[in-house]
Amino acid sequence: MGAPPALEFRDVHITYRMREGDIPAVRGVSLSLPAGSSLGIAGESGSGKSTLIFAVLRLQPKSARVTGKVLVDGEDVMAMSFNRLRALRWAGASIVFQGALHGLNPIQRVGAQIAEPISVHEPKLGRTEVGRRVGELLEQVGLAVARGRAYPHQLSGGQRQRVMIAMALACRPRIVVADEPTTALDLMVQAQVLTVLTDLVDQLGLTLVLISHDLPVLANTCRQAAVMYAGRVVETGPSAEVFERAAHPYSRALAAAFPRIGDPRFRYAPAGLPGDPPFPADVVQGCPFAPRCPVARPDCVTRDISLEQIAPGRLVACRYPLVGSAEPRPHAAPAAASTGEGA
Amino acid sequence: MTTPALAARGLEVTFPVGWGSPARAVDGVDLSILPGQIVALVGESGCGKSTLARTLLGLQQPNAGQVLVGGEPLPTSRSALKAYRRRAQMVLQDPMGALNPRLTVYESVAEGLRIHRVDGEAERVLGALARVGLRPPQRFLGRYPRQLSGGQRQRVAIAGALVLEPHVLIADEPVSSLDASVSGEILALLLRLREQLGLSILVITHNLGLAWNIADRIAVMYLGRIIEEGPTEQVLADPKHPYTRALLSVVPKIDRVKPIVLAGEPPDPTRVPAGCRFHPRCPLLRSGLAGAVAARCRQVALPVLPVQAAHAAACHALG
Amino acid sequence: MGMRGPLPGPIADDPGLALATDEIVMVGPAPSIRSMARARRRAIRRRVWQEFRRSRSGMVGMVALILFGAVAILAPVLFPEDTLAVTKATGGLMSPPSPGYPLGTDESGRSILALIVWGARASLVVGLTATMMSMVIGTVVGVMAGHFTGWAGVVLNRFLDWFLVIPFIPLAIVLATVLGASLLNIIIVIGVTSWPGTARLVRAQTLSVSARPYLERARALGGGDLHQMTRHVLPNVMPIVLANTTLMVALAILSETTLSFLGLGDPLRPSWGAILDGAFTNGAMTVGAWWYVLPPGLCVVAVVLAFTLIGRALEAIVDPRQQEVR
Repeated sequence: MGAPPALEFRDVHITYRMREGDIPAVRGVSLSLPAGSSLGIAGESGSGKSTLIFAVLRLQPKSARVTGKVLVDGEDVMAMSFNRLRALRWAGASIVFQGALHGLNPIQRVGAQIAEPISVHEPKLGRTEVGRRVGELLEQVGLAVARGRAYPHQLSGGQRQRVMIAMALACRPRIVVADEPTTALDLMVQAQVLTVLTDLVDQLGLTLVLISHDLPVLANTCRQAAVMYAGRVVETGPSAEVFERAAHPYSRALAAAFPRIGDPRFRYAPAGLPGDPPFPADVVQGCPFAPRCPVARPDCVTRDISLEQIAPGRLVACRYPLVGSAEPRPHAAPAAASTGEGA
Repeated sequence: MTTPALAARGLEVTFPVGWGSPARAVDGVDLSILPGQIVALVGESGCGKSTLARTLLGLQQPNAGQVLVGGEPLPTSRSALKAYRRRAQMVLQDPMGALNPRLTVYESVAEGLRIHRVDGEAERVLGALARVGLRPPQRFLGRYPRQLSGGQRQRVAIAGALVLEPHVLIADEPVSSLDASVSGEILALLLRLREQLGLSILVITHNLGLAWNIADRIAVMYLGRIIEEGPTEQVLADPKHPYTRALLSVVPKIDRVKPIVLAGEPPDPTRVPAGCRFHPRCPLLRSGLAGAVAARCRQVALPVLPVQAAHAAACHALG
Repeated sequence: MGMRGPLPGPIADDPGLALATDEIVMVGPAPSIRSMARARRRAIRRRVWQEFRRSRSGMVGMVALILFGAVAILAPVLFPEDTLAVTKATGGLMSPPSPGYPLGTDESGRSILALIVWGARASLVVGLTATMMSMVIGTVVGVMAGHFTGWAGVVLNRFLDWFLVIPFIPLAIVLATVLGASLLNIIIVIGVTSWPGTARLVRAQTLSVSARPYLERARALGGGDLHQMTRHVLPNVMPIVLANTTLMVALAILSETTLSFLGLGDPLRPSWGAILDGAFTNGAMTVGAWWYVLPPGLCVVAVVLAFTLIGRALEAIVDPRQQEVR
């Protein structure tokens, strides 16, 4: 094989050590992403997707213990020297954070905030040169250069998210991770932001990792998809496949929660899963999804599960994967204690 | 014609903004919700849907027009308004914010009963909790909101609204802060409540998929006006207004028509464009319309869309 | 037992509490709900105390306070009241510490130690009562100013702002002069001049609570202003107010000392400020009578510090804590 994958996770475990005990947020994730490709990571609360991604730049809090390898271009991020890490941060890989209102300093103009990483990584650049780069970046994300003089509160949600994207691209990284970039945005603004993101990724040949709970967004924007549940990857494959013909019962349930407009089978048939995504602290024996799984069998609760290949390029962590595409059924009345009491 | 459970007639709500022109949050709306009907009010931020909801609940005074409850205008006196609270209730978006973190589930659900001095408090609370699917209800009484999951909190909020036995429930983005797999359960709950109690529900959302899932009718709002309205199947399968068409085209899905991504931001309610309020961003106008029609788009304002059974849209190009 | 939901908030929301209440057998809904609430409140107090015990500075402050309090209460036992009478003074005039007079004597021959012990009473009584008064007025005005919009809100807010701007000393002097010098009047003066500080804090907290959705929900349920303020705003505001109260006591004691030093205090009662005033007017500094000047000053510092330490420890408990350790 030629070049190493742009990003690779090898059996990564991330545990938060709190006063009450250890909380395993990520439990053995292995993923690999070749350069220039795009990966969407889907998951809900407690799936560990944000925790996993922060490890790429070693941004996890001090209370978190990481085992396994997080490799960026073949180099282990956890083992890097601090200088090497500094070079990696933003110039090798960068993150577009979610909740842009909190990601920006409210008392600093956005242009200055975009300029900050540039000045840090290239201290020799003069002010005019930095200013020119900032202007270039703003145009790339579809904002007028004059917008650089605005404060974050003067911009709309969509504009702030674009500023976050511009910031992430400031040091010309090879890998860009977008953490829920469209979550709080309106439909039309979401489309605008996704267009900007995908156009730039194509133009600049970046490797993109997109995190979202919104499966259709992932399916549209990324080539590959990985679905996470309770700190583990439960399914990977081409994103269209994972969305339309999910093999893992959880992926299928997640896909069903995004109704296809125009499809009469989804009328008056909201599809959801009983119970709630598990709290990371509740370590469960056997398959973590078994308590909520509509097709769980007795041995699902007792025997542990790992990712198995069911087709070229398709991995599923399920002993009884589903085949074919989903057939949504009208929602049946819930059973008595259907609210996932947990412990 | 059945009397609507809740209706708006020519409703207008404006907010003064500093010393500029006022913000016309709701700029003439006619809306009807029949008993046992689920209506989805769809639009983007700033279109006025939340203001409309709050006005329908009596939390906001309109500048013009009327809110009709069961055919009668909304009372203005404080005591009568308080009595109205028992007929129409609200469920908010953020269940964590909607419940006082210092009150237990019991106290939050019982709050409405205590305000209106209804007796049989304990049984009603238990009944409401059971009805929203929190079973056995006793286990939840002493819990605090932060010990519940998002879905459970939202159920508690709904129980708090149901306990007053309203005829109409207004749900403002009821599932947008919940996980996708959980939101289906909450939506199914709303459908069940409609079946079991004959509850009318107005759901406010920016999520068209949600409307497709549970709404009988859908009203699309833009800049303070309803620009398209009708049975959900018709509006979403065959939209007439260019804005609705654009919205539908950008809903992420695999096999889709070329998305019509509108440029610019949703405009400012303090500067409502002349003529058709959508015309500066209208892709139809941009791609070329007959001269007479284009002139009307730019200059002639459209009337408020009246309430009717059929599918209608406010657009000059429809002839 | 694991972490549930977002990071834990104040001790009052400890998940450990509810796990216990789950085990309470439901005999019938109504009575056990009330007893559940009582049990929960008791447990909360226990938790707060346990957390407080862990703070060393807080404990030091508490011990110091208990000591001063005991001394103040036991004053008549330690030094019978007649030893304060100028006519009965038997010590030398402004003499340094000696066996019968551990802290020396003042210009009339009275034992400084006796004066200090009795002075503790004035300081603590004034400090505590004036603070209570200021807390009540400040909370009521603050909550209303933060809650009401429209005319009432404007009037209340202007009223509060006006009071915030008036400098303390001139106002106190004017009030004390007008009302006359007595312990009660000093309490009134301090109460009336220090409530704006509390009110401002309460108003800010009220504004932040008012923005939260559950206030709007209360309105949607039909709750009027009184319901919203008492059921939702006040419980959220009280923890901050209580933590702030101890700091206010410290300030009140300082104010009392200042006013007494300026000669506006009750001339019939000894107080630390009055002792300092006496030292000053009788030229204790020039004569080198350090026993006249240092002890009262040090006592004021000690008591103020004690209250401050307790206040800080309480604030740390009330604010959400980070629980990451190791």
